[in-house]
Amino acid sequence: MRIRVRFSKTGKIRFSSHRDMARCWERALRRAELPVAITEGFSPRPKMHFGLALSTGHESLGEYLDIDLQEPEASALDLGALPERLTPFLPPGVDVEAVSIIERSELSLQEAVTVCTWLIEIPGVTPEELAAYVTTMLDAPALPVTRERKGKTVTDDIRPGIISLRVVGATPLDAPEQGALLEAELATQPRSVRPSELLAAFDPPRNEGRVCRTHQWIITDGARREPIPAHATSRAPAEVGAR
Amino acid sequence: MFSLDTHRPAAAFDLIGFNLSAELTYTNLLNMVDLAGVPVRSAERRPEHPIIVAGGHCTYNPEPIADFLDIVVLGDGEEVITEINAVVRDWKLSGRTEGSRENVLRELSHIVGVYVPSMYDVTYEGAALVAVTPRYPDVPERVEKRTVADLAEFPYPKTQLVPITEVVHDRLNVEVFRGCTRGCRFCQAGMITRPVRERPAEQVRTMVEEGLRRTGYDEVALTSLSTADFSGIEKLVGDIVQSTDDGPPVSVSLPSLRVDAFGVGIATQIQRARRTGLTFAPEAGTWRMRQVINKLIREEDLYSAVEAAYANGWRRMKLYFLTGLPTETDEDTLGIAELARNCVQLGKAHTKSPSVTVSVGGFVPKPFTPFQWFGQNTVEELRRKINLLRDDTRKSHGVQVKWHDPKATLVEGIMSRGDRRVGAAIEEVWRQGGTFQEWNERFDLDLWLAAMANHGLDPEWYTYRHRTEDEVLPWDHLSAGLHKDFLWQDWRDALAEVGLPDCRWTPCYDCGACTGYSIEHIVASATPPAGGSQGTGQDLGSSVPVTLLGRAPVGTGS
Repeated sequence: MRIRVRFSKTGKIRFSSHRDMARCWERALRRAELPVAITEGFSPRPKMHFGLALSTGHESLGEYLDIDLQEPEASALDLGALPERLTPFLPPGVDVEAVSIIERSELSLQEAVTVCTWLIEIPGVTPEELAAYVTTMLDAPALPVTRERKGKTVTDDIRPGIISLRVVGATPLDAPEQGALLEAELATQPRSVRPSELLAAFDPPRNEGRVCRTHQWIITDGARREPIPAHATSRAPAEVGAR
Repeated sequence: MFSLDTHRPAAAFDLIGFNLSAELTYTNLLNMVDLAGVPVRSAERRPEHPIIVAGGHCTYNPEPIADFLDIVVLGDGEEVITEINAVVRDWKLSGRTEGSRENVLRELSHIVGVYVPSMYDVTYEGAALVAVTPRYPDVPERVEKRTVADLAEFPYPKTQLVPITEVVHDRLNVEVFRGCTRGCRFCQAGMITRPVRERPAEQVRTMVEEGLRRTGYDEVALTSLSTADFSGIEKLVGDIVQSTDDGPPVSVSLPSLRVDAFGVGIATQIQRARRTGLTFAPEAGTWRMRQVINKLIREEDLYSAVEAAYANGWRRMKLYFLTGLPTETDEDTLGIAELARNCVQLGKAHTKSPSVTVSVGGFVPKPFTPFQWFGQNTVEELRRKINLLRDDTRKSHGVQVKWHDPKATLVEGIMSRGDRRVGAAIEEVWRQGGTFQEWNERFDLDLWLAAMANHGLDPEWYTYRHRTEDEVLPWDHLSAGLHKDFLWQDWRDALAEVGLPDCRWTPCYDCGACTGYSIEHIVASATPPAGGSQGTGQDLGSSVPVTLLGRAPVGTGS
């Protein structure tokens, strides 16, 4: 049986890397004594399939993980109780919110998810200034960015990867520096656009403050859905964590 | 700087403790104290600052860092921590008034095992250290180490911290015994942690089982200075492997492997998957040299270990050696290459391209070992020996030589046997940005040499000079329980190439570690481990003259 887990990663735990989180998950599943299927062969590993890596420092309200469970133990599991069962074994700030069974034929998370929604704090701008930026960017025919990749300088156009931009308002009052909040929908395929790249394409470039991935989207035949249907949510979504 | 578990600022703690196991980390100690917002020098700290405490093997000569530490703990921490806490708690309750810091430090000096450097005056005559004497009559003239008589009384914390960020040795570590009486003369750990105290096998099993369940780790290491020597190790390992059979896969590892076929057998028993490489530490290239250092492994032992390893599917061997040992000749150095070539030759019967990596470290004499009087090899001499070895193995297919930077060996030597004057140089190196000196890319000899020179200190005097029997050593006011005349005799024996057997299974030769503290070895089996006693060649017969049975025998033997 393959299950898909949705969890949030908010607060201080955002400074832990994707790889460290993967190891936390392995330990948590063992501590919770979940009947995780194990790979055969010389170096047996639990069968876990992680979704798109979240940059260290970014928060998320919608992270996903697929886990293969062993039969017959899996059939006896109470899936509805799994979020409550797993969360205590994970670091504070990682909360399991929903679990659903998925077909093995389903595309992997990394293939299936094509768009992410981000909430990005941009310090030092007012919502009005940000609105002007957004208009300029959306009107631009191309937004070339250069980056170092394997020692070579590569220039890409990120404009096709920007699906939508929306000014949400001013940053919360407890933000270390006043600024504006931007909601951005960015593509992950064919080339993933990172929030920092988006801000680097501003004129003049801007640095990101707090960044949170709020949704991941699977698009089939023009219709978008989240990797776990909304009705499977068994917990209220967490607030973006304390600073 | 903040705590791992609660993210509380370091300076908000009452005590900040460091475990020091390598000399080149000293500048990082200063850096961390500074990052905590605490003055680096003990004398400049005020009542509101935490007590800076250090323990670990390096603190058997804490003099180079004495000015930066408030207190030093010698030996096992289990009991002494509670005693220190009680004194600090009372101090806290009394309101930590102005000027009270010195009083609490003085009171802490009354606890056995606690050394308070600021309570001692150091006198010199010219370059020579004359004495380290207590400033008050109630402060002990000599600080004795603490030894926990029975490890069984101290199971580890059941709910231990598991770091989220991957760290070195990121696994469940269960200490199966403490101490080692193999008597390797270069080995400080084996000298200062005596006597041998085994944990009951049943407790080890429980600690492994509970530890894995509570932490979620999938790897457990059975730690000690020589785990294959644990009484009934085969049964213990078998039990652990079996008990984890039906759960998620768990790998069991032994951090140190004895150089014989028995050790390899155990490694094979536990490591059923991913058989890649094994590490052995013959330490020296010839039998003569190994008698000097009392690492009594015969060549046959090494070859039987290597043969067993290849036969069981291991493909890569790593051999650890020391160079710059007392009385070492070029024949001894070249013996390292010879051993390595013979190991490659053995592997050819089992695999097409056997590979043996030889790792050579420069020897640094350590306090409280028989070699504490030995003048270490110069940087040039170590480099010459390493080059000799490189040249000799250049055409030896399958043998790779790796070595520790002789320049780092020199600096380790300065701090290993340095006195309190060296502290000024350590502070200067740190102030010049010399942190992370353990890392090759950060180590900077020039920084050290300049700092030593600026304070009128001669690196060669501290490292290359042989000490005489009557010289006052910077750690003479501290005690690891070993009689100084035992160490001196062992030093003479080394020079005479006389080996000394393991006292777990032979009569006591009164090193002082047991008799001085009225404690005993705690071993579950009075018979030496299967597979011989590491090639000591001793015929121990059936009646072993020990009366050191600590508890009911378990496992194999007796």
